[in-house]
Amino acid sequence: MSLLELRGVRKRFGTHDVLQGVDLSVAKDEVVALLGASGSGKSTLLRAINLVERVDDGQILLAGEDITDPRIKADAVRSRIGVVFQQFNLFPHLSVIDNVTLAAVKVHGWSREEARAKASGLLSGIGLGDKVGQYPDRLSGGQQQRVAIVRAILTEPELLLLDEITSALDPMLVGEVLDLVRSLKDTGSTILMATHEMGFARSVADRVVFMYQGRILEEGTPEQIFDNPRETQTQEFLARVTHR
Amino acid sequence: MSGRVAEATWEPSALERNRRVFRARASRRSVAVAFISTIVLAAVVSFSVVNSPGWDAVKDTFFNVDVGAKAFPRILEGLWLNLRVLFFSAIGVALLGSLLAIMRSLRGPVFFPIRALATGYTDLFRGMPLIIVLYLVGYGIPALGLFPRLPAAVWGTIAITVTYAAYVGEVIRAGMEAVHPSQRIAARSLGLSHGQTLRLVVIPQGIRKVIPALMNDFVSMQKDVGLISVLGAVDAVRGAQISVAQTFNFTPYVVAALLFVLLALPMIRLTDYLSARLARREQNSGTV
Repeated sequence: MSLLELRGVRKRFGTHDVLQGVDLSVAKDEVVALLGASGSGKSTLLRAINLVERVDDGQILLAGEDITDPRIKADAVRSRIGVVFQQFNLFPHLSVIDNVTLAAVKVHGWSREEARAKASGLLSGIGLGDKVGQYPDRLSGGQQQRVAIVRAILTEPELLLLDEITSALDPMLVGEVLDLVRSLKDTGSTILMATHEMGFARSVADRVVFMYQGRILEEGTPEQIFDNPRETQTQEFLARVTHR
Repeated sequence: MSGRVAEATWEPSALERNRRVFRARASRRSVAVAFISTIVLAAVVSFSVVNSPGWDAVKDTFFNVDVGAKAFPRILEGLWLNLRVLFFSAIGVALLGSLLAIMRSLRGPVFFPIRALATGYTDLFRGMPLIIVLYLVGYGIPALGLFPRLPAAVWGTIAITVTYAAYVGEVIRAGMEAVHPSQRIAARSLGLSHGQTLRLVVIPQGIRKVIPALMNDFVSMQKDVGLISVLGAVDAVRGAQISVAQTFNFTPYVVAALLFVLLALPMIRLTDYLSARLARREQNSGTV
């Protein structure tokens, strides 16, 4: 059974159909990369899965449970999903350690000590052990984004959504963030990520999904999509992003 | 982004139709719950008031329809004076408040005296009770003998203006400081002068940020214009007071209070509406 399953998901903003019936499934421990131009619906899809955007039709199932059912407790669903944003979205009034442990303590009911111990361990593991007491504005973009990833994974969510997490970063800092994502894959995580890093998608993703105008136009292994794209729109998109 | 044409043929699935029915039912249920709980609360409150031991006396002294009707024209006439005072003090406050805000945000040692003056002014008038300012301005300044005899309402207008300008100036200044420094840098690097930057970039953005706070000050001012009655101006409060003295009945005060509330209501609603709209705009959609 797939961990995440989308069936005919539609979203419309005014008269603009952002998602026009998306079917997608993600297996446990699978890493799926979403590719597509700006406005193709990648971010909206991730927001719909996180229940930040209410779908206009279709179903989203998380571990077999229909999370688009209006009776569902949205907060409970969101606490099972980790999200990392393009702009990091760390809380500027909280230190690194407080950013990371906030949800564990307030939502998941961990003790402060337990949460801090685990958070410090994870932060030290990625070389941020000396930053725990710092505030986000003292950190580089890459450091902030890695803190944001630790914040998202501390409570071991079933699913991790990454929304173009390197797009706001200096090219020099992209590597450290991607290395962290790669290590998450190695320890077994289910990840759905929208990305513009083609090389990274190729090397990390188990499956690549190409979105075009609110639909999934083509999906397959990285080799299929990058080396033998079937659709002309996929070919054009890849030609544009790889020959810049 | 391409302007994708919506599929005219798309019909919601049975699943989505069921969800919509469920949501509609849930929202009807919450409206019903709100309605019932309001009725119950109103019933409990009115029952306990009406059955209190002193209710008959209170009803006769505070809610006497005859006395209220008789006092009404005088109070309404007084309210017209309040409205005029409000009109002129609002304009005065807008001008003086902006001036104070700009004075306080001038940079550089040359402007120290101006900054200090503005700071001292706001400290003084935010600290002093309005009623004392009214006495000082209303009785003190005419006593200097420099000005011709002016109606009390004029001095009241001045007192309200100088007091509220201190508050409003601080609100505007807070708004200007909330504009991100990068906006100033961007404006200056286009070649705009300090003054142009303030006028064309900083103030428009800053005011937008503090509109709810400014409206709140305006609502507060709307009722404080009733205080000019202490100078003897025959406004709504004074009109009510005269009627009270004639009838030994407090109903005219209640009438005046209701009129002030009616006066404030549109503004209060507008403030709520603007705040909600601002919140919607800053939150980039979504249901959270």
